[in-house]
Amino acid sequence: MTGCGYAMLPGGHCAIAGAQPYPRAQAPRRMDIRTDEPQLRGLMLAGLDGDAAAHTELLTKLGAHLRAYFKKRLAGTARGPADAEDLVQETLIAIHTRRHTYDPTQLLTPWVYAIARYRLVDYLRRTKTAEMDVPIEGAAEVLAAEDTSAVESGLDLAGLMAELSPKTRQAIQSVKLDGLSVNEAASKLGMSPSAIKVSVHRGLRALSLLVRRRSSS
Amino acid sequence: MKTEELIRMLGTNVEPVKGGQLRIALMVALAVGVVAAICVMLAVFGVPSRFFVGEDLGAQLVALAFAVGLIGAGGAFLLKAARPGGSGQRPLKIIGLLFAVLVAAGFLALVFAHPAAWIGMAFGPQWAACLVCIPLFAVGPFASLIWALRRGAPTNLTRVGAVAGLVAGAVGAAVLAIHYPGGSIPFVVLWFGGPILLCAVAGAVLGPRLLRW
Repeated sequence: MTGCGYAMLPGGHCAIAGAQPYPRAQAPRRMDIRTDEPQLRGLMLAGLDGDAAAHTELLTKLGAHLRAYFKKRLAGTARGPADAEDLVQETLIAIHTRRHTYDPTQLLTPWVYAIARYRLVDYLRRTKTAEMDVPIEGAAEVLAAEDTSAVESGLDLAGLMAELSPKTRQAIQSVKLDGLSVNEAASKLGMSPSAIKVSVHRGLRALSLLVRRRSSS
Repeated sequence: MKTEELIRMLGTNVEPVKGGQLRIALMVALAVGVVAAICVMLAVFGVPSRFFVGEDLGAQLVALAFAVGLIGAGGAFLLKAARPGGSGQRPLKIIGLLFAVLVAAGFLALVFAHPAAWIGMAFGPQWAACLVCIPLFAVGPFASLIWALRRGAPTNLTRVGAVAGLVAGAVGAAVLAIHYPGGSIPFVVLWFGGPILLCAVAGAVLGPRLLRW
């Protein structure tokens, strides 16, 4: 992969995002994995370097792919779009809180697919559906389509936040919702910056646990 | 909750992520596990009176090399498999090869020995100590490896749990091999290889429960 020239521009975006990296593909098909992978990977790498805009864009794009993927996978079971949306949100939280497990030398799509598949299998097991066959090989499928028609998931962020410990809740509220910097939040809450970072990270993981518990009940 | 809201939240104040976190966590876990196993060994047996001497030196070194090989290959597998979708076929093949070579060496030793000595070789000195001590010494390393793996995001929990158990068992076996003269090669096959496999089975059973995320 490193030979493909993923040079990073100052803005942190992938230099070849708009280029056609596979000369053999004359007319790129709609939402072809091969045309999306370099762009998404560039956004991921920028996000890992702390580029918030790239990270947001990545999650938005992945959200659309994941929605289509989960809707397709849940079709035929007695589950509606809100269930698919639960899964989209669980997966996005997992992608965010576990982004240190992405190996930057590897392709992004298989990593995303592995997380999405894991969340789906876990969801089906949790909700006691007769287990569907979710293929292990199928990384292409997760980027095969996009669906931006988001419905609201059945989860209520304020309600979930109320279940966190006060310290964690305040840290998330300040840094992640009010948009204060870590240092501002630290002086406001009277905690050290590293304690804020730890609280936010723990809080997001705790949220994903709560999301999972809610969506299975 | 709208997904947009969630994305806005996740995308606010994005911290840079340092590379190599998983590798460091696994190495720390392995080091802590080895120290824990040595502590348990010292608590059970006290300080060994002699190191690597005596007529059983060959088998002792074979046991140690086998265990260290398993730790290396298993560690390489865990480093890959702690990531979503990650799995390494090559480390698993090396693990299989190590077992195959050891078993073959055990058979050869039996072939060259007089059949009357077989029972003595296979059961050797204090086989029960191996059966009890290797899993006992493996508890600490297993706990520390699970701690490290939980910082990752493994997706094949049974397999990752099994290899974590195998590596923990191999740490226990290596620590025991330092202390304990091993007898013969067939003895090492049965009473080092066997308990290590037992630890792997325990890891496979516990993996899905302990590693779920």
